[in-house]
Amino acid sequence: MNARLSRYLSSGFLHAALILIAVVWLVPTIGLFVTSWRPRPDIFGSGWWMAFSTFRFTAENYIEVLTAQGLARAFLNSFAITLPGTVLPVLIGALAAYGFAWLKFPRRDWIFLIIVGLLVVPIQMTFVPALRLANGLRLTRSLLGIWLAHTAYGLPFAIFLLRNFFAALPRDLVEAAKMDGASDLGVFWRIVIPLSVPAIASLTIFQFLWVWNDLLTSLLFVQDPNLLPMTVSIAKLLSTYGTEWHLLSAGSFILMAVPLVIFFSLQRYFVQGILAGSVK
Amino acid sequence: MTARRRTFLTWNWLFVLPALTLLGLFVVYPTLWTIRMSFDTGLGLRLQKFVGLDNYIRLLTRDQFFLNLSTFPPSGAVINNIIWLVLFTSLTVGLGLVIAVLADRVPYEPIVKAVVFLPMAISFTAAGIIWLFVYSPDANTGLLNALVKAIYPEWQSVAWVGRVETVTYSVIIAAVWMWVGFATVVLSAALKSIPQEITEAARVDGANEWHVFWGITLPMLAAPIAVLTTTMVINVLKIFDLIYIMTRGGPQGASRVIAYTMYTETFEAGKGGYGSAVAVIMLVLIVPVMLLNLRRFRAEEAER
Repeated sequence: MNARLSRYLSSGFLHAALILIAVVWLVPTIGLFVTSWRPRPDIFGSGWWMAFSTFRFTAENYIEVLTAQGLARAFLNSFAITLPGTVLPVLIGALAAYGFAWLKFPRRDWIFLIIVGLLVVPIQMTFVPALRLANGLRLTRSLLGIWLAHTAYGLPFAIFLLRNFFAALPRDLVEAAKMDGASDLGVFWRIVIPLSVPAIASLTIFQFLWVWNDLLTSLLFVQDPNLLPMTVSIAKLLSTYGTEWHLLSAGSFILMAVPLVIFFSLQRYFVQGILAGSVK
Repeated sequence: MTARRRTFLTWNWLFVLPALTLLGLFVVYPTLWTIRMSFDTGLGLRLQKFVGLDNYIRLLTRDQFFLNLSTFPPSGAVINNIIWLVLFTSLTVGLGLVIAVLADRVPYEPIVKAVVFLPMAISFTAAGIIWLFVYSPDANTGLLNALVKAIYPEWQSVAWVGRVETVTYSVIIAAVWMWVGFATVVLSAALKSIPQEITEAARVDGANEWHVFWGITLPMLAAPIAVLTTTMVINVLKIFDLIYIMTRGGPQGASRVIAYTMYTETFEAGKGGYGSAVAVIMLVLIVPVMLLNLRRFRAEEAER
């Protein structure tokens, strides 16, 4: 009887603790979400937790922030930065990973060891010279500079993750294809890539989110005000209108929309990616 | 001689050449250049005048925003980073472990993990705004002040990120909120890989849950916890976006960290040499982690 009672109590405590944790984790986001749909005067008149007693909701904040504040353009810019900023490092990284896993060239293992070392080098170490280089080549007036920067900064992780995956593929498969006369490029495209879809998917999601969510690199490498991504635009909004929560909340949710869609649709790959490479 | 040249000039290079070129231009060469620049004034972000170790000496002894040991408690970006290191690392790993172990016992585990993990997907920019809103000093908008006021009606609203004493802790909480999910996912996966027979056998032998956790589960999680801790340590050293969004290092420089100091000294004050010295200090602090990674990698390769 006593044991049952204590088990009952401890399982009650368990559920209560987990529900409390879930609530604490969700409430901050919900608060901002509710706020983004409330009229400006209401936001300052009463807390968002009172929103359902006043019950006035509007899409006005989203319209204002997208049009008058120019976030629609920033949204497109974010895509224009993120798509090449994802495809380039994955593609270039995969080619290099194949080289490090299956091809022979002098000093191969030493060069790879340097790349493992580069995994943790703070990008701050590179900013001034890399920026001068990009400015000198006039890369920062277009998006070319930020594409190359994201590619270079993403490469160590991409090469590391994919090389380990490629190297674990069965040797017989690669050698049999070569016996049949396939070139290295043929083996890469027709055997290694198709077999590595899960690793490539994880890496792509990671790199996409990393670039989409990046603020620091864009602050430096995007210098044309018409090309700024959403993170920088919202940071500017914040420093201009520090407490205009109707704009900030709506803007933040537009920024979050894409990662949230990816998270809910591709959570499995996302988690796999984390487990495969928790070194970055 | 010719044979050797032939092996050096192999077409295989073409696979790695694009990657090596970009890494060389954007990472390796700049890193060496930054080390060189840290011994220069670097005004206007170009080499101007060699000053030896001046930047380092000034940073470590005469910059009250970087390291100030003359007050009690000591302050500055380095001290803030140490507070970050201790609190952020222990809270993310600790809470991650607690949530992973607790959630393991309930059928709705995937939901709890997804909820905790969700903030990992969003940007520091969005997370910063979410938490600025929670911390708002206006009790009509800021949840935290409203909650405390609901408990103590005479409570005077606090500007959590506007006060020197609370700002660093407030930003750390936002960062912990973002990263606990990462720890939970990693530790939960590790937890699932512990063979059930071991824990079951211990229970049959009369061990209670507490003993099973301390005697079996925790020791078997030692390796993933170590890896996770190094990841968090690297995160702490790189933390920038959240501080840029939430505080800009303020008030009065009270929430500056090392990575933020590098940005503001270099790009806002235009002191390239001084900022480069900060970057080099970051690199030096990260070298032990780098060596650890390299050793682990070589050990894994040897097992292949």
